[in-house]
Amino acid sequence: MNRFDYRRPSTLAEALSLATDPAVRYLAGGTNLIDLMKEDVERPLSLVDVNHLPLGNIEDTVEGGLKIGALVPNADLARAARITQRYPLLSSALLAGASPQLRNAATTGGNLLQRTRCYYFYDVATPCNKREPGSGCQAIGGLTRQHAILGASEHCIATHPSDMCVALAALQAVVHVESARGSRTIAFEDFHRLPGDTPERDSNLEPGELVTAVELPAESFDIHYSYLKLRDRQSYAFALVSVAAALRLEDGIVAEARLALGGVAHKPWRDREAEKQVLGQAPGREAFGRVADTILAGARGQGDNDFKIPLARRAIVRALDQAARAAPQRQVEKRIS
Amino acid sequence: MKQATSPAGVERQDACPTRLTINGEIVELAIPPWTSLLDLLRERLALTGTKKGCDHGQCGACTVLIDGRRINSCLKLAVTLDGTEITTIEGLAGVDGSLHPLQEAFIRHDGFQCGYCTPGQICSAQGLLNEAQATTRAEIREHMSGNICRCGAYPNIVDAIEDVIHKRNSDPRMPE
Repeated sequence: MNRFDYRRPSTLAEALSLATDPAVRYLAGGTNLIDLMKEDVERPLSLVDVNHLPLGNIEDTVEGGLKIGALVPNADLARAARITQRYPLLSSALLAGASPQLRNAATTGGNLLQRTRCYYFYDVATPCNKREPGSGCQAIGGLTRQHAILGASEHCIATHPSDMCVALAALQAVVHVESARGSRTIAFEDFHRLPGDTPERDSNLEPGELVTAVELPAESFDIHYSYLKLRDRQSYAFALVSVAAALRLEDGIVAEARLALGGVAHKPWRDREAEKQVLGQAPGREAFGRVADTILAGARGQGDNDFKIPLARRAIVRALDQAARAAPQRQVEKRIS
Repeated sequence: MKQATSPAGVERQDACPTRLTINGEIVELAIPPWTSLLDLLRERLALTGTKKGCDHGQCGACTVLIDGRRINSCLKLAVTLDGTEITTIEGLAGVDGSLHPLQEAFIRHDGFQCGYCTPGQICSAQGLLNEAQATTRAEIREHMSGNICRCGAYPNIVDAIEDVIHKRNSDPRMPE
């Protein structure tokens, strides 16, 4: 790990004033940043420890939703009564991710900003366009079991590793950010980026900006939802494919459908056109299969991960079916029904 | 050691005064900010019960409790823990040397083979007890998934934890 300066501000204004240099990093739970620093992937000149800022509360919003402070730990968020009762999709996704130790340390804001676990990104001995723009991509043509099947580019085929973010995409969360220049909100779909020719940018956060909160809208899909995560072992592993499915049914007909995929792209993957396809229809595997076909029409495997395309199709159909039956995937008993 | 390029005109500090309570004892130290809690415990405080397995938060061997919550000590910078209470495997037994109920249960159920992962398993199990989210075997297995045992002692580890949960005799000395 490189040597760095360490600051521990107690106010938001002080924290923002310390982060004007692009080589400064905010430190919250540290579960990803410290690891990346050990690997020399991240070499910050300075760490601004934001753990003492007042960003640890969950508040009701006047619109009937919730505003989750960026420092709320993943474990606390997963267990908060307002989340388990009103947004069980989010709780389920959180509990599908990482381990209890990591969820105790990891924060809401930090989860959004965790970086890909692409082996080549982590290995500083290999070229990587995300780590070192213009150096090339060793993943393409390499070991690609965990890599993207949607939205990849010739420069980067990495996937976003978060489970929480897949649920937040389906719930249409809004990200609150602040910097010394002011504050703004970013729709969740616009927060993370596809790699294109700038894979070094994971998100649309500008230098110096700090995530302060994640806001959930009132519509919570507390009955018809499921988070289905498929991986190489049943716990404590990143998703090969995951699906956050949420439905609103009126008189047995789909009135609203939300679907987000994890493990398949550089960001949580949503396809609004595909979601619209199922509106006004009775829920069923045929209708859900057509949604999956639309989502995956542009999917492309890299060799090792070709299996993800049929796996994703089945996972989409199954998760939507679980949501329609109000029988969400359980994260302790792993049997898929 | 000083870097001329520190941002915002700030001169880098090579050690930060930090106050920790470790296994009930107050410790005041000047700690370089790049020192992990794991390295502080093992290399400076000679508390080598906490093990370094992967050093990347993937194995759980370094699990300790911070204010009663289990975390991977390899992924925490020690300076960020100023003012907290840390409990390691050395802090679980009584001052008279009597074993913690989890330690007794691991022995009774033969919950280890080589023993390297055991301090992390036991600290993690105490964190599981504090969280009070797991009672069934399936829940214990899922909630212990952050601790890898390469000897494969999992069935006996689950037996030991289940035993302690059922007896509800977790040590009152442990922080909730």
